Amino acid sequence: MSSLSLAVHEFRFSQKVFWRNPGSVFFTVLLPVIFLVIFGTIFGSDPIESLGGVPTTTYYVPAIVTLAVVSATMVSLAVNLTTAREAGLLKRGRGTPQPAWVFIAGRVGNAIVVSVLMVVVVTAIGRLLYDAPVPWGHIPEIGLTLIVGAAAFCCLGVAMTAIIPSREAAPAITNVITLPLYFLSGVFIPESEIPDGVLSFSGIFPVRNFFEAFFTAYDPVSSATGLEWGNLALVALWGVAGLLLALRFFRWAPKG
Amino acid sequence: MPEPVISIEGLWKSYGDVEAVKGLDLRVEEKEVFAVLGPNGAGKTTMLEILEGYRSRDAGRVEVLGTDPSTPDPAWRERVGIVLQETALETLLTVRESLELYAGYYSSPRPVEEVIELVGLEEKADARAGKLSGGQMRRLDVGIALIGDPDLLFLDEPTTGFDPSARRHAWQMIAGLRDLGKTVLLTTHYMDEAQFLADRVAVINRGRVVAVDTPERLGDRENLSTRISFRIAAGMPIPGVEVLQALDGARTEAADGGAEIGFESDSPTTDLNRLAAWAVEHGVELQGIEVRRPSLEDVYLELTAR
Repeated sequence: MSSLSLAVHEFRFSQKVFWRNPGSVFFTVLLPVIFLVIFGTIFGSDPIESLGGVPTTTYYVPAIVTLAVVSATMVSLAVNLTTAREAGLLKRGRGTPQPAWVFIAGRVGNAIVVSVLMVVVVTAIGRLLYDAPVPWGHIPEIGLTLIVGAAAFCCLGVAMTAIIPSREAAPAITNVITLPLYFLSGVFIPESEIPDGVLSFSGIFPVRNFFEAFFTAYDPVSSATGLEWGNLALVALWGVAGLLLALRFFRWAPKG
Repeated sequence: MPEPVISIEGLWKSYGDVEAVKGLDLRVEEKEVFAVLGPNGAGKTTMLEILEGYRSRDAGRVEVLGTDPSTPDPAWRERVGIVLQETALETLLTVRESLELYAGYYSSPRPVEEVIELVGLEEKADARAGKLSGGQMRRLDVGIALIGDPDLLFLDEPTTGFDPSARRHAWQMIAGLRDLGKTVLLTTHYMDEAQFLADRVAVINRGRVVAVDTPERLGDRENLSTRISFRIAAGMPIPGVEVLQALDGARTEAADGGAEIGFESDSPTTDLNRLAAWAVEHGVELQGIEVRRPSLEDVYLELTAR
């Protein structure tokens, strides 16, 4: 079999497992939608003056898209690969003629397909419920942002498994890392409410930069190019760091 | 003589200060079911993981199917099936899907339906792995190891934790592998398992092989004495040295005033004949008479006591 068909084979089964797991469907697919509706209901559509008068509900579309992609890539992979490692599935896979990368590739493929789906779903719900405009003119920019971000957060997710000791610890550790970043990066609370000092701190981290890149791509008011190269470069840099850490520290078998 | 499927000479492996395997030698021939027995920490799993290509070794020569397993390549992996000590299944896939997933990893897999039949899971083919009983999960685990149609199968404690009927069922399945012409290397804690399944048994203790033989002959078991024991009710005549020299000192007082008698016999047929003749002549019943050869377990405990 060619490398591609090996990866496709693995991906097909990753998809089955994903959609059959109530936990992954709830946290990855439903929860972002629930967040969008809750935030839209609480904060309404008042314009945010410091962002050129963007309605708050429109602001939340790229914010929740950011959350959904981080969740589908970094969080899902970290949890899923840890579970597979601790269950002995990765070790068993290594005992087959299959090249090792295929076991990661199938799951990464799954993460990327779910990410694309979530961008579409969140954008569509934003349009239907809150009249948030669909950025038809910026599809290539959104696509590029998505690809860079999804790739980077996949690498970070694989790297993260090295610090997760057990499958029980996986949700807690991923939440400890992501939840504060969502708050500090303007994903949960509009950035107009967050002090500049906090924003420049969260600006070191990939979630804030990924969100800024998405916001620019979605922003109907101010954007000329739709791309924030600086933000994307920083996200990519984090991705490369994640990749290097993953290559160095990833474990295929439970400890001991 | 054909090349052995597994040959190990002078294998050493330590983890830090702990020497897990210390100069181990072993040969497993083609198409035999070979059982490795040994207490926890004897080095069984370390040896197995070196043979499976999961672990490096510190010293020694190892060949599995003519290849050094420290550098496993896909062609070698095609010929080796592995069942790890812990059952490893994707619980959300069905039995059939699990086998289809792994079938995709091999260039010429066995047909999925055939493997389902081989491991006796026809009725569970569309049940999710997570819904199976422990014994059924383990059989699926073995099915996955068989899907690539390997020449050599490693089974690390395949029936640990099973109830007796699940164990029987698993044994029949493993015994069936012999008919497929597979070479099987299994580790186990159960003497009856080794006795039932294995052509040959190796006992490992403290990182070395201390005995290798057929289950019948292990530790010179064939030539060890047989133990004969029985009881005589209170008030009845008791046989003494005039019947058998071996009865000297063989008697203990039972709680009810009768006698418990037990002795080692090197010629059990003759001894039993004399005893029986004496008993019939005196109208005495030899209650609860037992003639017991040393079991594999006796030999094993003897071999691993040091």
